[in-house]
Amino acid sequence: MNTIFEDSRPGRRGVWFEAASESAPEGAIPAARRRRAPPALPEAAEVDLLRHYVGLSHMNYSIASGPYPLGSCTMKYNPVVNERVAALAGFAALHPAQPVSTVQGALRLMVELEAALCEITGMDAFSLQPAAGAQGELTGMLIIRAYHEQRGELEQRSQVIVPDSAHGTNPATASMAGFEVVAVPSDARGNVDRDALRARVSERTAGLMLTNPSTLGLFDDGIEEIASIVHAAGGLLYYDGANMNPILGVTRPGDMGFDVMHLNLHKTFSTPHGGGGPGAGPVGVRAFLRPYLPGPRPIRAGDGAYGLEPASDASIGRVRSFFGNFLVLVRAYAYILAQGGDGLRQVAEDAVLSANYLAHRLGSDFPLAYDRTPMHEFVASPAALRHETGIRALDLAKGLCDEGIHPPTVYFPLTVEEAMMVEPTETESKERLDQVADAFARVAALARADAERLRTAPHTAPVSRLDEARATRRPDLRYRAGQSLPPHDPDGTAADR
Amino acid sequence: MSYLPHTTEDREAMLAALGLDRVDRLFADVPAGVRLGRPLALAPGMSEAALVRYMSQLAGQNQATDRLVSFLGGGATDRFIPSMVAQVVGRAEFLTAYTPYQAEISQGTLQAIWEFQSMMAALTGMDLAQASMYDGASAVAEAALLAAASTGRGRVVVMRSVDPQMRAVLRTYATGKRLEVVEVGDRGDGTADLDAARAAVDDRTAALVLADPTFYGVLEAAPELAAIAHAAGALAIAQVDPIALALIEAPGEWGADIAVGEGQSLGLALGFGGPWLGFFAARESLVRRLPGRLAGATFDQHGRRGFALTFQTREQHIRRAKATSNICTNQGLLALAASVYLATLGPQGLTEAATRSLDLAHLAARRIDALPGYRLVSPAPFFDEFLVASDRPAAAVQESLLRHGIVGGTDIGADYPERAGQMLFAVTEARTEPEIDRLVAALEEARA
Repeated sequence: MNTIFEDSRPGRRGVWFEAASESAPEGAIPAARRRRAPPALPEAAEVDLLRHYVGLSHMNYSIASGPYPLGSCTMKYNPVVNERVAALAGFAALHPAQPVSTVQGALRLMVELEAALCEITGMDAFSLQPAAGAQGELTGMLIIRAYHEQRGELEQRSQVIVPDSAHGTNPATASMAGFEVVAVPSDARGNVDRDALRARVSERTAGLMLTNPSTLGLFDDGIEEIASIVHAAGGLLYYDGANMNPILGVTRPGDMGFDVMHLNLHKTFSTPHGGGGPGAGPVGVRAFLRPYLPGPRPIRAGDGAYGLEPASDASIGRVRSFFGNFLVLVRAYAYILAQGGDGLRQVAEDAVLSANYLAHRLGSDFPLAYDRTPMHEFVASPAALRHETGIRALDLAKGLCDEGIHPPTVYFPLTVEEAMMVEPTETESKERLDQVADAFARVAALARADAERLRTAPHTAPVSRLDEARATRRPDLRYRAGQSLPPHDPDGTAADR
Repeated sequence: MSYLPHTTEDREAMLAALGLDRVDRLFADVPAGVRLGRPLALAPGMSEAALVRYMSQLAGQNQATDRLVSFLGGGATDRFIPSMVAQVVGRAEFLTAYTPYQAEISQGTLQAIWEFQSMMAALTGMDLAQASMYDGASAVAEAALLAAASTGRGRVVVMRSVDPQMRAVLRTYATGKRLEVVEVGDRGDGTADLDAARAAVDDRTAALVLADPTFYGVLEAAPELAAIAHAAGALAIAQVDPIALALIEAPGEWGADIAVGEGQSLGLALGFGGPWLGFFAARESLVRRLPGRLAGATFDQHGRRGFALTFQTREQHIRRAKATSNICTNQGLLALAASVYLATLGPQGLTEAATRSLDLAHLAARRIDALPGYRLVSPAPFFDEFLVASDRPAAAVQESLLRHGIVGGTDIGADYPERAGQMLFAVTEARTEPEIDRLVAALEEARA
């Protein structure tokens, strides 16, 4: 499909604006500071714009298209009513610098959401400011840093322990917060190797970052011991809420011994992922860490009115302007209200049941990396299939695209050979799960029958397998008028390969 | 209401397939000692009708800019959003997709990101732009981290006229890497004290961060500040207003190395603070140090053009502790919205919107300055925001305005004690001349 720039024609336009009745004085912007040429933006009629973007949308796979079992991303159904309530003018047209007397409903919503998140997680307070999970992680690690600094132990406590199976944001965040990352290996059951952990904690330990269930989809049943090992060494426990979905109403990070955590509202609480954001990554803490939270925080005053409490002097400071991704908070709260407490527990049970059922249905070509009962997701390792046919997890993934299914996360966690991390979520019906399982089976059969077909998959997508190495080798990151963009070449006859 | 498709029969059939009698068996790894052991103390689920009723009630307890006339600025402005924006971003194909890890079935998202990168590069006059940051504040902070990594220096100089919230986030992000953040004051008219800037920028300085226009609305001595930064071997980081760029010299033209800013004004709902987006544009030589996602054009096996994420070795999922940033999810949908906004306006519409903002702001400023008891703080050139001093307390003025259904005139004294009582007004293209009449009348009455 052409880019919007290639279809641009001088003189075409969409909206226009009336001129004011009087112009600003000559020289309001000094001649030396005036822009010399208008920005080279596309020029298009509205009808063509609409067709352009509708055309682009047709080239996207989404939850609205079909199953999206992308492990660790919790691609559950995004309730349509949440779009309706987030679009209410009372929320969508609210300026964040308005006087508090005019934003009582918004503050109340945030206070109520915070209370619900505290109950769900067992934490004592939340900041709703972080804009995404990774920013929540940074907030949490800076809180741990500030805590040790306040106690005069920051110079000594320079290390953060991260499991080798952790999401990449964990070590990246610890590093951004100024800590040295110490990896701890998994044991034979996929848990944190507690002997290795004991060998790594010391008076230099600032904390441990952990996802439980882990990125392997396994609940670490040694969590109580892990917590006491880290706490006994004077470290704090950080909970990465990426995998909160299967424990809703079952157990809580606060009950497991975690001191600080973030939630991914776009995962667990179903706000749309938007092709890569927006998310929201509220950070929760136990009471002793409350002073370190970013501010200001919405509060309910004694007289029942809502207000803003300034950050304390111990606060790590702001991580985001104003109050964070508020309209994402609205959607997440709507989801919690719709599900209710029992409904959230049912979410966890169905997510775990669905994952186990699908793992069971996938059969011998997709054995589990660990022979244990997974929670909401599982990591399959089609390594034997690769050795037999030469077909890699990446090829299987592209084959699944042709089956009309979004592939699972591949090659993560890094600790599992040919990892395929599958998270069906609770919103895929049994029939859909059966379809997914059948699709996996057909792709495995194709690996044996016609490996070449899989190596060149996908065949039904808008484009075939892309040369991603070329995108880096010969970077082409923007439109440049008159310069050669890789041509739009529907016949596939382009010479420049 | 329930979003769960499983029926009781489905659950039983699935359990039977697993050879289990109860779903509890699947949770056997959760130790008894950490189990909640009680239902969550949350209200029972609501029906869709009850939910809409309740959320409408909460929304109704706000007075938003659909009912109030907004002259508020200071990091977000009420602007006209073309209908095309909601029409496009509401499409479930964009809304409910995720990061385009599987490029072949995510070409819509990837091409949209590439087009967004192209538009932001064109607007800022920079070589390239990435796929978006969380907001303008984190974009400023990440730009400073990039400069520190790129120069190997540990000191960041920031003009005090940069948005206070952006400076606050910069300070927060600077703690981890122990960057020293030094602030440089301005002259009373809101423009840079160049001597102070020259004194602050030294050979340990990684970057000089400036805002153009400044938080007070006035145009900054941006080219002079960039020269000061470059003379010391530091990078010049420009925090800019994308609408103003239709009229004001682009940072790429006056020598900025990185241009960042808040994208809210590009067709994004105010939304009580978000979700918005940060944009991040830079010189080509910095490409391997950029934070966040980048889409690039490439070919498929048949020689057809396609788009893919690129330079991923910068990112946390590959590089882990050595990544350029920990950012993962960004603001994809908002970048799409901003692209639709810019494409719908085009160069002509954007210039018209900016010109109308400039004209109405100058009209309002002139009339307020002419009112007894009010005066414009600065004679310096400004775009569409300006500071007003009054002989009445700012709080009293705001209350009077609110009685007339107007919000505006934020007292910036909380962030700038030396400017206590100075009120910030923004006048965008969404305002009308009768609304300016109302503002002027309400201000006049407030003084009485």
